Amino acid sequence: MTRKIRVLVAKPGLDGHDRGAKVVARALRDAGMEVIYTGLHQTPEQIVQAAIQEDVDVVGLSVLSGAHMTVFPKVKKLLEEQGAGDIIVMGGGIIPDDDKKELIENGYAAELFTPGTPLEEIIEWVQKNVKPREY
Amino acid sequence: MSDLKKAFAEWQRKYQENCPDNDEDFVTISGEPIKSLYTPLDTDGVDYLEKLGFPGEYPYTRGIHYNMYRGKVWTYRQFSGFATAKETNERYKLLLSKGQTGLSVAFDMPTIMGYDSDHPRAEGEVGRCGVAIDSLADMEELFDGIPLDKVSTSMTINGPAAVLWAMYIACAEKQGVPSEKLSGTIQNDILKEYIAQKSWIFPPEPSMRIITDIFAFGAKHVPKWNTVSISGYHIREAGATAVQELAFTLADGFAYVEAGIKAGLDVDEFAPRLSFFFNSHMDFFEEIAKFRAARRIWARRMKEKYGAKNPRSWLLRFHTQTAGCSLTAQQPENNIVRTAFEALAAVLGGTQSLHTNSMDEVLALPTEKAVTIALRTQQIIAHETGVINTIDPLGGSYFVEALTDKMEAEAEKYFQKIEELGGVIEAINKGFFQQEIADASYRYQQAVERKKRIIVGVNEFVEEEEKIDIPILKIDPQVEERQKQKVKSLRATRDNEKVEIALRELKDAARGTENLMPYILNAVRVYATEGEIIQSLKEVFGEYKEKPIF
Repeated sequence: MTRKIRVLVAKPGLDGHDRGAKVVARALRDAGMEVIYTGLHQTPEQIVQAAIQEDVDVVGLSVLSGAHMTVFPKVKKLLEEQGAGDIIVMGGGIIPDDDKKELIENGYAAELFTPGTPLEEIIEWVQKNVKPREY
Repeated sequence: MSDLKKAFAEWQRKYQENCPDNDEDFVTISGEPIKSLYTPLDTDGVDYLEKLGFPGEYPYTRGIHYNMYRGKVWTYRQFSGFATAKETNERYKLLLSKGQTGLSVAFDMPTIMGYDSDHPRAEGEVGRCGVAIDSLADMEELFDGIPLDKVSTSMTINGPAAVLWAMYIACAEKQGVPSEKLSGTIQNDILKEYIAQKSWIFPPEPSMRIITDIFAFGAKHVPKWNTVSISGYHIREAGATAVQELAFTLADGFAYVEAGIKAGLDVDEFAPRLSFFFNSHMDFFEEIAKFRAARRIWARRMKEKYGAKNPRSWLLRFHTQTAGCSLTAQQPENNIVRTAFEALAAVLGGTQSLHTNSMDEVLALPTEKAVTIALRTQQIIAHETGVINTIDPLGGSYFVEALTDKMEAEAEKYFQKIEELGGVIEAINKGFFQQEIADASYRYQQAVERKKRIIVGVNEFVEEEEKIDIPILKIDPQVEERQKQKVKSLRATRDNEKVEIALRELKDAARGTENLMPYILNAVRVYATEGEIIQSLKEVFGEYKEKPIF
């Protein structure tokens, strides 16, 4: 039996801009996924711990402070180190095109959504690219 | 009036017969339905003197000065700060040379949260979305060559406001400028941090104590300083409606007034130094009505409820920033147009100072060229459009007056609700504001998704295969390393014994009830870092934790 897709929406770093993270969390929940929201000011260690404990399929990182080049690689590396490299990392925020390319090409993020992305596009991407685990 | 009523009913009948429509399809950006036409019937029975009055006179609906912009236009105050103090200092000098009249400091996230640049939690964030300030040494560099008795400076800092303000005062001392001559603003609005911006440090009670300490210290030693800028800006950016921005911001303002009175201060001693900061969003008339309603509500409450006798306590003075959240990453040049309309609304609403966003801010920190266009937008409004020639040009518009009244009535409903919940801090603890804002922002996003609200270039009039090629200001990754080294070498070279004594005395004072400002000043003067001072206070006050709601 397959379960619902489980998503961890996380706010790494120090910035408090949580409007986007909350709207996306709610949209994914309304689309039938199980969503856990970490709240603000999380360290990469806290996020990875929550992802493993909550047994999620995908982690969505929302970064608007400019710290994305530090945060994404760090979360990805910690997940791999803890044997949870199969958890998909995606994200969004104010991420310039060049940085976006670099993060995706290096495998630090599977996909990144920038301002103005329709919610529908994010939902569809998750449904297509994230396979919920079997029970 | 009855002739008019009859005639109007007749007109409405014809209207619905010929072109039936529904007000629910014509809503403001906040979701308020708007009627097809406003007439004298909408402002029927209004006592002009009681509700509007004259500019510079109670209740200030039409503006806080007798002559408004005929005397002096608003202050052009572009918010900026990035990388290190040295780079930001250069940007300030550039802006001043182009005619900017006030400075406004953007700090980086570690500074905002009270961490030094070499703290593990600061990793990757140093100098990213503002300037990194760790100690008085950085503050000295930030204002090097800028005479602090000649400029007014606004600092967007809240949780650690007392520390950064103390650094500014100490920096002025070194320039030979006494604190009595300093003018400017610290944001220092912790309530909206819990509500919307989420850059908190301590729990609400000790935070409110620090704020009242600042009020008392400012009244005595820095009389020209605005000791709080009660901010709706971030509440709006977090997704609130115009009415929520108005109501929550003023409710915060009342909470500060009550805290000051409770701390034993005379209301007229600190209220004249309270200032406000609002957002100016895309819905032109709704914004203008919001600014006008804000002035009237504030004046009435200050006079009638809090018994303020000094007319300066009744005045709601405000800064405005155009809405960052209205800008789009798509076709970013269109943001120049959006910002111009928003800026015009702020001017017609009677703002005292204004920041116009740069077109590229949705993508990254603004480039010099984008910042210059944003500043020029204000200068064009001031010098070319003619809107400054008369005061409150929209006063008396049936629509604007009706909307102003409506905003006021809706805000009153929220004040009632907040009171029922036990006041602002209790409402924060119950997650009331956070939930209201999350609901409003989700409703708005749904309207955009369903194309009930059109955003040009985003969900309509889209350029297929658009390639965004506007230059982006990049922060050199070396900035973080340099700043880390700087704070490390400061710790190695300063008199650490003096630092220890100052921090110990500060902690002792924090456990008691004395005013903390003189202790914080002593600590910054001997180059204690921001992180060390905040850490000392955390040991006494603890840290705030939010229950996440979405």
